[in-house]
Amino acid sequence: MIGGLFIYNHKGEVLISRVYRDDIGRNAVDAFRVNVIHARQQVRSPVTNIARTSFFHVKRSNIWLAAVTKQNVNAAMVFEFLYKMCDVMTAYFGKISEENIKNNFVLIYELLDEILDFGYPQNSETGALKTFITQQGIKGQHQTKEEQSQITSQVTGQIGWRREGIKYRRNELFLDVLESVNLLMSPQGQVLSAHVSGRVVMKSYLSGMPECKFGMNDKIVIDKQGKGGTTDEPGKSGKQSIAIDDCTFHQCVRLSKFDSERSISFIPPDGEYELMRYRTTKDIILPFRVIPLVREVGRTKLEVKVVIKSNFKPSLLAQKIEVRIPTPLNTSGVQVICMKGKAKYKASENAIVWKIKRMAGMKESQISAEIELLPTNDKKKWARPPISMKFQVPFAPSGLKVRYLKVFESKLNYSDHDVIKWVRYIGRSGIYETRC
Amino acid sequence: MPAVSKGDGMRGLAVFISDIRNCKSKEAEIKRINKELANIRSKFKGDKALDGYSKKKYVCKLLFIFLLGHDIDFGHMEAVNLLSSNKYTEKQIGYLFISVLVNSNSELIRLINNAIKNDLSSRNPTFMCLALHCIANVGSREMAEAFAGEIPRILVAGDTMDSVKQSAALCLLRLYKTSPDLVLMGEWTSRVVHLLNDQHMGVVTAAISLITCLSQKNPDEFKTCVSLAVSRLSRIVSSASTDLQDYTYYFVPAPWLSCKLLRLLQCYPPPEDGAVKGRLVECLETILNKAQEPPKSKKVQHSNAKNAILFEAISLIIHYDSEPNLLVRACNQLGQFLQHRETNLRYLALESMCTLASSEFSHEAVKTHIETVINALKTERDVSVRQRAADLLYAMCDRSNAKQIVAEMLSYLETADYSIREEMVLKVAILAEKYAVDYSWYVDTILNLIRIAGDYVSEEVWYRVIQIVINRDDVQGYAAKTVFEALQAPACHENMVKVGGYILGEFGNLIAGDPRSSPLVQFNLLHSKFHLCSVPTRALLLSAYIKFINLFPETKSTIQEVLRSDSQIRNSDVELQQRAVEYLKLSSIASTDVLATVLEEMPPFPERESSILAKLKKKKGPGAVSVNELEEGKREGGELNGGGERGDNSAIAASNASTPSPSADLLGLRTGPPVTAAAPSAGSLLVDVFSEAGVNDDGFLRDLEPPTESSDSLLAEGPGDSDSAPPSVVSEDPATPLPESNELLNKFVCKNNGVLFENQLLQIGIKSEYRQNLGRMYLFYGNKTSVQFITFTTTVTCPGELQSQLNVQSKPVEPLIEGGAQVQQVINIECLTDFSDAPLLNIKFRYGGALQNLTLKLPVTINKFFQPTEMASHDFFQRWKQLSLPQQEAQKIFKANHAMDTEVLKAKLLGLGMALLENVDPNPENFVCAGVIQTKAQQVGSLLRLEPNAQAQSGEQMYRLTVRSSKDTVSKRLCELLAEQF
Repeated sequence: MIGGLFIYNHKGEVLISRVYRDDIGRNAVDAFRVNVIHARQQVRSPVTNIARTSFFHVKRSNIWLAAVTKQNVNAAMVFEFLYKMCDVMTAYFGKISEENIKNNFVLIYELLDEILDFGYPQNSETGALKTFITQQGIKGQHQTKEEQSQITSQVTGQIGWRREGIKYRRNELFLDVLESVNLLMSPQGQVLSAHVSGRVVMKSYLSGMPECKFGMNDKIVIDKQGKGGTTDEPGKSGKQSIAIDDCTFHQCVRLSKFDSERSISFIPPDGEYELMRYRTTKDIILPFRVIPLVREVGRTKLEVKVVIKSNFKPSLLAQKIEVRIPTPLNTSGVQVICMKGKAKYKASENAIVWKIKRMAGMKESQISAEIELLPTNDKKKWARPPISMKFQVPFAPSGLKVRYLKVFESKLNYSDHDVIKWVRYIGRSGIYETRC
Repeated sequence: MPAVSKGDGMRGLAVFISDIRNCKSKEAEIKRINKELANIRSKFKGDKALDGYSKKKYVCKLLFIFLLGHDIDFGHMEAVNLLSSNKYTEKQIGYLFISVLVNSNSELIRLINNAIKNDLSSRNPTFMCLALHCIANVGSREMAEAFAGEIPRILVAGDTMDSVKQSAALCLLRLYKTSPDLVLMGEWTSRVVHLLNDQHMGVVTAAISLITCLSQKNPDEFKTCVSLAVSRLSRIVSSASTDLQDYTYYFVPAPWLSCKLLRLLQCYPPPEDGAVKGRLVECLETILNKAQEPPKSKKVQHSNAKNAILFEAISLIIHYDSEPNLLVRACNQLGQFLQHRETNLRYLALESMCTLASSEFSHEAVKTHIETVINALKTERDVSVRQRAADLLYAMCDRSNAKQIVAEMLSYLETADYSIREEMVLKVAILAEKYAVDYSWYVDTILNLIRIAGDYVSEEVWYRVIQIVINRDDVQGYAAKTVFEALQAPACHENMVKVGGYILGEFGNLIAGDPRSSPLVQFNLLHSKFHLCSVPTRALLLSAYIKFINLFPETKSTIQEVLRSDSQIRNSDVELQQRAVEYLKLSSIASTDVLATVLEEMPPFPERESSILAKLKKKKGPGAVSVNELEEGKREGGELNGGGERGDNSAIAASNASTPSPSADLLGLRTGPPVTAAAPSAGSLLVDVFSEAGVNDDGFLRDLEPPTESSDSLLAEGPGDSDSAPPSVVSEDPATPLPESNELLNKFVCKNNGVLFENQLLQIGIKSEYRQNLGRMYLFYGNKTSVQFITFTTTVTCPGELQSQLNVQSKPVEPLIEGGAQVQQVINIECLTDFSDAPLLNIKFRYGGALQNLTLKLPVTINKFFQPTEMASHDFFQRWKQLSLPQQEAQKIFKANHAMDTEVLKAKLLGLGMALLENVDPNPENFVCAGVIQTKAQQVGSLLRLEPNAQAQSGEQMYRLTVRSSKDTVSKRLCELLAEQF
């Protein structure tokens, strides 16, 4: 189990130190600083073992969060907890920065007391936490006895993530499918590896204790229903269903029902939460294709031409496109010509950065650059790092579609039709690279 | 140096550095550096040529980036260009870049070498210096190849500036250190040596470093530097503090130079030329005198400089080790420092005194400071100083103050730092052993040591105390008593239990007479510790128990009960279980005689270098224990274990041999001891047991080695295991006949087995049996080296009339002994008539081509043919009176060489071969013995009476020995032999 949790700033100064178990001594704080933060060689592994003690760290901007343990813990659990911790902090005070952490010092300790107990993770649902850990400490005193007991029964009850008696004039529901697509492609256009990791994020403003049911074009479900011969007729439009490799759900989802019927039913928490997370590797729609062309002219010159092609419906618009073309370390000068967008040689990053604001589907655009090189004594060749790309598209590259989201509330007098539902798809680039 | 001109401030560089310093994170820093690198690349690439200033600036930036830990792969060319600039600062930066960043890059090296050559041949001293510094800083082999020839020329050229000479000397030194084969001094030697006479002190200082280094490699070539150095030194020492202007440091004239001169002189023996030597001694005296003068300044630098010279002078004095006067003065000077309030001085003083203590001239002088040193050990705050104090105490210890020092060290041990405890324990153990006059003191000390710092007492220490107790029969009784008392403490250290178990197992009988330490009490005491001990100790205790069965038959049933218990016989540890099973079986099937033989007292250990000393040496690393000390250690060690006569340890075996025994194979039937394991049948077991007496109980021997492997069958040990040659420190020249062979002979009067002789090459072990007038002797020749001995021959001769008295036949021995191997020779002896001389053993062999020739006396003495005769009191006196002719009696009154211990005396007399008659003499203090010497011609009855007198005149312990026998020569000879034994 987690023995302790430390938060450091970029200099390695300890901002927060909370030790849960006796096997973690004071020197553990310094050990991590010396061996990881101030390490001569940058530490890339998120798990570091120092003197039989394991340190799990994540970094948020300039802040290091490190969980420490001497036991053989489930590393995935620890990281899940650390991410959750980050989410909770963000929900409470926004961006995780040194200043914010210093300003919310007491709050963080209070949170840590609540979400970790003797190193065992506890309820870390922001909505639930916010009911009894508030930033305005005095306000808590005005809570009536009744309210307090209600909190207790809720937090310790079966549905710890939602309290009773919520009322909204307008029952609204927002659903976002957020996906990030990762790709590594060979110079010849062969896909070496590609996968999509996606999240379904919901924001619900619903009264009472509604029962929700979420449906998507998961292959297994579709096949099952297809066999039963009910709704969807086959061969309607292109791709029907997607194969989800693995998925995880929010604690509100009834897993037993998912296991038996593959149906996702749940009583949602109030406010924003992540309903599920999933990953797919098959039949991914790659929104962009990058075609690089690099020619070395003698020892002192390099000609680069890069073409990008958008590969989705012409009616859709991709946004915030950025192509990063690495340059050799001995670059002494760069001339760039591009048709669309803006391109610039950034010496500090050793790359040419080409930015395009918007681009419709089924279009193509190109950039050409002349790179002058300085002859060096170094005999080793330039390693040619891959060209990377960033973008945002308004569809799900995995092909995921929300089929339905039904809301049932038997006690209150509103039905599924009365709920206003919003669905949005956002596809972003993860690590989207093409070798050149 | 040229002043830095305006505009050389390099603002760009300053801005860049401050940017880097202001970076919040590593990423930001890398970004800034990438940007700067791109900028510099574009500048260097640019078509228009850069001026010297910008080139310098960018090279500087590159250098800074490189020093931050980033790779730089360009800009070398620009740096090389800077070398040809005429401006000092540009040239300097160019050289700096090259000495930091250059690698053996072929094309650039050529350019760089060219630039350096240009600078060396220029007349500008600053440029020459820069070039020399660059060569020295790079110091690579390539540099040495290119410039090793040129630099000596610059160094000795008449027109070279002083500052350049300085640089050249140091540059040459550096090149010499990296590639000595390329720097050939030959023709320059004398001129370099004469640099010591240079006017400029800086040149001398630089040159002397070079000369010191060179003269360490070829001292002969630079011999002439001694007289020059002495005259230089005397000029400095005698100069007033103002004479040397720039080279006077806080009123001390040229302290660095003086130190270096003194260090150079330490490379050579004392000068032979009387005048030079006189001058040097004068200098040293002046330095010592100056130390006495009141300080000219209160500044710490002044005293540091002064003391630096003083300490260097003292180490020179110690190095010469020939001027008693100076040594004593140095010692007194250091004595003053012992109480100085400066910790460093105290440390240095103690350290130097350590070396002084080993010099014969100053040893006494060092000893006068003993109180101060002891005080330092007790009160010093700094642990390193305390450690030095302990070292010094160890070094200054000798016979006269050993007791005091050991007592102090013991008392300090109780509070000593954990880090030095183990070393302290070793030192105490060594000192106690080395200077033990009184062995009871030694035993007390070591037992105290185990009590105080048991955890730090290594195996070697207690092995050693046991070796010594076994080898010194005069302390055995005392040791048993002391150990018994020590074991009575409710909590005692496991090492104490080990020592206790071993000693009681061997010598418990010596204290069994006292009802307070009756056998059963002893056993119960040992067994009460049994369960608290680790497995090796338990194994040892089991061996002790079986020895108890032999020593005290009355404990047999109790011990068998213990051995039979499940916790022993079914112990999960295989070693313990095996011992329990074997010992139980042995005690139940073997007869008392066999038990007595198998469990006979341990034979004395072969003399060997004290394992503790070896351990201390290992701990300290080579060189830490001075050679002197080692020599001393050898001497003392030899004296301790070799010089004194050893009593007979195998008295029981001897008496056993003379009583009728089932062993039929005592003489003649077998040519050598059996090598194979004993057959389980009782008959052959007995035979084997007998012929291997003293070898079989290797279980005990094994206890002295780290007990790792599980024991082999108790009786299946190969022959001669215990005789395998351990290293020895006794070093005699093997080619000359031994002067101490008489002494060696005396060692074996009362015992039959042991190590006859040992040197670096060869060890001779001996094992002998006598019966009636016949004797058989096994000689084991062990080759201690790794090289084989060839043409190994031995001859036994009986000189003079001995030929007719003794018949000696030796079987030929194999002519070749492999390295580390052992061969055996059997000698049969027949006593024809009584004799007084001993046969000679001559050994010849070739070792590595050199012929070794060795002559020893074989320990065959008349008493070996004794047959003990038991008789009652009146019989004895009747016969005593019968032999009343004056020539039949021999009497001797002599001083005791050893402590009077009844048990030991008894053991010795038994070893003599006569029967010890109890309750015969009216005075219970006296000993009487009777025996018959069996010769072929006749039988000579002999009676002996030994009267110890513990309080004779002036407290000396005296003996009166009277021997009466039917033959006058026998009486005389016996008396002579015995007088040496007590």
